[in-house]
Amino acid sequence: MVTVEIPADMELVYKRPQSLTETHTHYCPGCTHGIIHRLIAEVIDELGIRERTIGIAPVGCSVLAYYYFNMDFAEAAHGRAPAMATGIKRVSPDRVVFTYQGDGDLAAIGTAEIIQAANRGELFTTIFVNNAIYGMTGGQMAPTTLPGQVTTSSPTGRDVETAGFPMKMAELLAVLPGAAYVTRQAVFDPRGIHRTRAAIKLAFQTQLAELGFSLVEVLSTCNTNWHMGVVEALEWAKKHMVAYYPLGDTKVSDGVRALMETR
Amino acid sequence: MAKGMVLIDEDRCKGCGLCVTVCPQHILRLAEDRFNTKGYRPVEVVAPEACTGCALCATICPDVVFTVYRRKRPPQPAAVAA
Ligand SMILES: Cc1ncc(C[n+]2csc(CCOP(=O)(O)OP(=O)(O)O)c2C)c(N)n1
Ligand code: SF4
Ligand code: SF4
Repeated sequence: MVTVEIPADMELVYKRPQSLTETHTHYCPGCTHGIIHRLIAEVIDELGIRERTIGIAPVGCSVLAYYYFNMDFAEAAHGRAPAMATGIKRVSPDRVVFTYQGDGDLAAIGTAEIIQAANRGELFTTIFVNNAIYGMTGGQMAPTTLPGQVTTSSPTGRDVETAGFPMKMAELLAVLPGAAYVTRQAVFDPRGIHRTRAAIKLAFQTQLAELGFSLVEVLSTCNTNWHMGVVEALEWAKKHMVAYYPLGDTKVSDGVRALMETR
Repeated sequence: MAKGMVLIDEDRCKGCGLCVTVCPQHILRLAEDRFNTKGYRPVEVVAPEACTGCALCATICPDVVFTVYRRKRPPQPAAVAA
């Protein structure tokens, strides 16, 4: 390891968050899962809650998230992270609990769990990574795949006549009284990344203030299974995903609004 | 004198090129003639003196390759009480 002299008049403005381990991730080059992991870790550091946070990893590309977060973690069966989070939070209400879930995990096999947990107003936070595809299993169509999008299981493009339209989870969950804060963000450029970070922070603060269920949907890319270059995937997502999935808050309860005003 | 400085944890880099596209100073590039232990062409700083320490590279990097420093602002003259 090379040691570098840092001039005395230079101050540190960015370093690896303590809430990430030193482990290198298995994600493909340019995969936005890495950005989202980092944002969650930064927020947990900033709020000083690392030692009392418990994360729940999904099934999907982020199945190994427990190797990357430097905190207690559990692994749920496919789609069942909200059920596990419910149990953990209810028996240990002093802990900060979050689930990390992909769109196959949350919006296909786990649809019932997330809807029921949000409706019950469970006091945990969900980070929902929507990359419009099943990444881990080789790029099959997900409930979030865009109309006409080609995947390994929709080789001629998603046909909405037979497969229905992509599910807008942030809008769907927003109508449930138990949901206090629901938002959709995107990590396609530094501006979007900063906004996503702020949303993740507000979601954790919603949980800390016991205001209800909180969820941040993060529009993401999967350049590998979209068969695109890294930059091309970001451009495609900006153009096509954002057009179908509008960015912004879909639910801000009165309690969360008051919290926003004190920030 | 450079306003900023980045340290590169080279073996974490996957050569995705995202940092190269967002650097406003255009001083990052992927190595042309060498590979890191993962087998990727790692990012390099071409002109360190032009770095402003804006940390946009660190903002977009999915693999937390960068540590960023910025030169402290010289002490401002004390505000005069009105
Ligand atoms: C009960 C069960 N059914 C199916 C699978 C196969 N499976 C593994 S990952 C996955 C989909 C993951 O997609 P997503 O949640 O979008 O995450 P990504 O990999 O895109 O990050 C499926 C269907 C499984 N592991 N367990
Ligand atoms: S397959 Fe897609 S979602 Fe999975 S690690 Fe690679 S880019 Fe990320
Ligand atoms: S964004 Fe990170 S992983 Fe990608 S080329 Fe730059 S330093 Fe390497």
